[in-house]
Amino acid sequence: MKPALDVRRVALTALAPALALLIALGVSAVALVASGHSPLATMQQMLGYAALPRTQVLIINTASYYYLAAVAVAIGFRMNLFNIGVDGQYRLAALLAAAAGGAVHLPRPLHLLLIVTVAVAVGGMWAAIAGLLKAYRGVSEVISTIMLNAISTALIAYLLTPGRLAVATQGSNNIGTPPIPASGQVPGIDLIPGAGTPVFGFVVVSVLVGVAYAVLLDRTRFGFDLRATGRSAPAAVASGVNVKKMVVVAMLLSGGCAGLVGMPQLLGASYSYSLDFPTGIGFTGIAIALLGRNHPVGIALGALLWSFLDQSSQILDLEGVPKEVVTIMQGSTVLSVVVAYELVRRYSQVLERRRVGAALSGGEPACA
Amino acid sequence: MRLTPARTALGAFALVALLSIVRAVSGAGDLTSSGAVSAALGLAVPIAMAGLGGLWSERAGVVNIGLEGMMVLGTWGAGWAGYQWGPWTGLVAALAFGAAGGLLHAIATVLFNVDHIVSGVAINILAVGATQFLSGAFFAGQPGGSTKQSPTVGDIGSVGLPFVDVPLGRLEGKHWLLVSDLAGVLRGLLTDLSWITLIAVVLFPLTFFVLWRTAFGLRLRACGESPVAAESLGVNVYRMKLVAVVISGGLAGLGGASLALAASNFYQEGQTGGRGYIGLAAMIFGNWRPGGLAGGAALFGFADALQLRGGQAVHALLLLVAILLALLAVWQLRRRRAVRGLVSLGCAGGMLAVYLLTDSVPSQLTGSVPYVTTLLVLALASQRLRMPAADGMPYRRGEDG
Repeated sequence: MKPALDVRRVALTALAPALALLIALGVSAVALVASGHSPLATMQQMLGYAALPRTQVLIINTASYYYLAAVAVAIGFRMNLFNIGVDGQYRLAALLAAAAGGAVHLPRPLHLLLIVTVAVAVGGMWAAIAGLLKAYRGVSEVISTIMLNAISTALIAYLLTPGRLAVATQGSNNIGTPPIPASGQVPGIDLIPGAGTPVFGFVVVSVLVGVAYAVLLDRTRFGFDLRATGRSAPAAVASGVNVKKMVVVAMLLSGGCAGLVGMPQLLGASYSYSLDFPTGIGFTGIAIALLGRNHPVGIALGALLWSFLDQSSQILDLEGVPKEVVTIMQGSTVLSVVVAYELVRRYSQVLERRRVGAALSGGEPACA
Repeated sequence: MRLTPARTALGAFALVALLSIVRAVSGAGDLTSSGAVSAALGLAVPIAMAGLGGLWSERAGVVNIGLEGMMVLGTWGAGWAGYQWGPWTGLVAALAFGAAGGLLHAIATVLFNVDHIVSGVAINILAVGATQFLSGAFFAGQPGGSTKQSPTVGDIGSVGLPFVDVPLGRLEGKHWLLVSDLAGVLRGLLTDLSWITLIAVVLFPLTFFVLWRTAFGLRLRACGESPVAAESLGVNVYRMKLVAVVISGGLAGLGGASLALAASNFYQEGQTGGRGYIGLAAMIFGNWRPGGLAGGAALFGFADALQLRGGQAVHALLLLVAILLALLAVWQLRRRRAVRGLVSLGCAGGMLAVYLLTDSVPSQLTGSVPYVTTLLVLALASQRLRMPAADGMPYRRGEDG
């Protein structure tokens, strides 16, 4: 391959995200101007806020679980399965893991292992219901995971009552599972100097999950089969893949990963599943997986961007700028990323045609 | 088996008879009361409208997960125009706002070939952000309004069949087996209907007629089955898809209007509560057909209404589900599907055991009954669902699929 073409390809690859960012910034600027605020000053405030060490810790902490949620969704996407149920899977998993962790006293590694195993198992099994229904009864995973989300919400409300899994939290009218003792907590890491608060220790697991995702899907036979099934089920069958088994295994993996989503928060900050445990991360995960185009590094960048926007909305609120601008930014980013990729794809096709045309006309004349 | 009017009527009568027996056995009078039926109808409308929106879009080959967002836009439009110029203008605005969301989805998916799911998810995020933003700009500071709620909208009014309310009410009060139940159901369906409910009911036969009995509908469905074939016959596939998705958004917006104008009388943040997704589920449940979709929406609406009316009615619902599962088992066994029949029978027995061993369903779990029922029905009934063949596929003019 000629080096000149490589430069062009790199430029084209960088063009798409840059274009997307420009479109998203443009839309947000319009919203800001419409509400009577200066876009430039607002951006400066957001960036200035993000430069503070304390904010950076918050951004990394939030991104650590956004990343897990997005990888869970992406595993499904790679196999052409749409797991909308990550939301219910992680909430149910976090509740049961918190209850299990708060009920026992074990030495640290065992205690942690127990909590994480429970979380992965619950998430995986909850998702596997949808997988089994899809594989053996032909029920669309879109509909079954939506139903399972609603069922898990009801189940959590039922289990999280005093007398079942919950106890009253001292000093407030909140209720939650009994707190996990110190042996089941993950200590933070002082990653950013001067922040005062450490980064969730569980961020290491997020990174490891990303590496495992990359290796499993792109470097193993199993990953090849999974991607092949996603691209074309008949072709996969022809090469000897058991599609039904693949559907169940993919949902198990996706749900298992979803089970981890609640862990950074649970083991690093709240130590108990209470009524105010974060919800809706599963839906954010869908958007981030799309933003990162299912690529392990792309998802990481997407998670960091999303969490930066989330955090900077805090400062906007204080400065009197409507913080909903951030939601508009997030939505338009998702849309503009795909539009930008499509535009760049069409543009590069045109370039390719021109290049081939030029090469042909420069050499031997083609047959009439 | 084709659904003829006679068969439909027979089926409906059998269902009322079954409900009547369950009511008599369980003593849960709310099962067939006019109040429960009318609440069920009201709750089914937003789900049905979202589902109908999904039907239009997916029949033209565009997957529409953005229904939820278009519905959110509809609720906001209804509140914004409704409090200033009255509920009917609110209804039109809801239609327009939903259609605008549909247009965005159409432009992204049809013209830019954006993945349908990506665009839908983005629209759901954008709609929530945009309405929150607009509420802050328009509703905050108005009397009765806040950043999360619009000022109150006037009543859109209701309509009913004349001269039937009083006699049916008297019959219902007698608590006779079957007769009173039928009276209760009819009274719930025929009296005190919101105008929006009436519009929603009319839209079903209208959709069926347009999509299945006109040349326009045939072309539109052809775009969902095989756009390349449609193109070769001279159909402008882009235009068809654009029209279908805009209509889809308008219908979802109408569903939003029913929440803001009929179920309550203001816009409120989070008013849709995921009903767009449930509507999508009802449509898949109904096999991408208006009749099936109406059945699915009615199921969700009925279970929702019973849940709002307390644990006893939901407890009675367990008995109903057990009987239905047992009937399904008999049907499957007669068709010599032994394994499925036995599984269904086992589920029916389990349901019956739960019914007999408990006095009421815990209040936190009643909300999950429609969802569990849907999963059971989909898992146990024979799967004959078939989505449009080119649903969700990208299409570019002149390129062979």
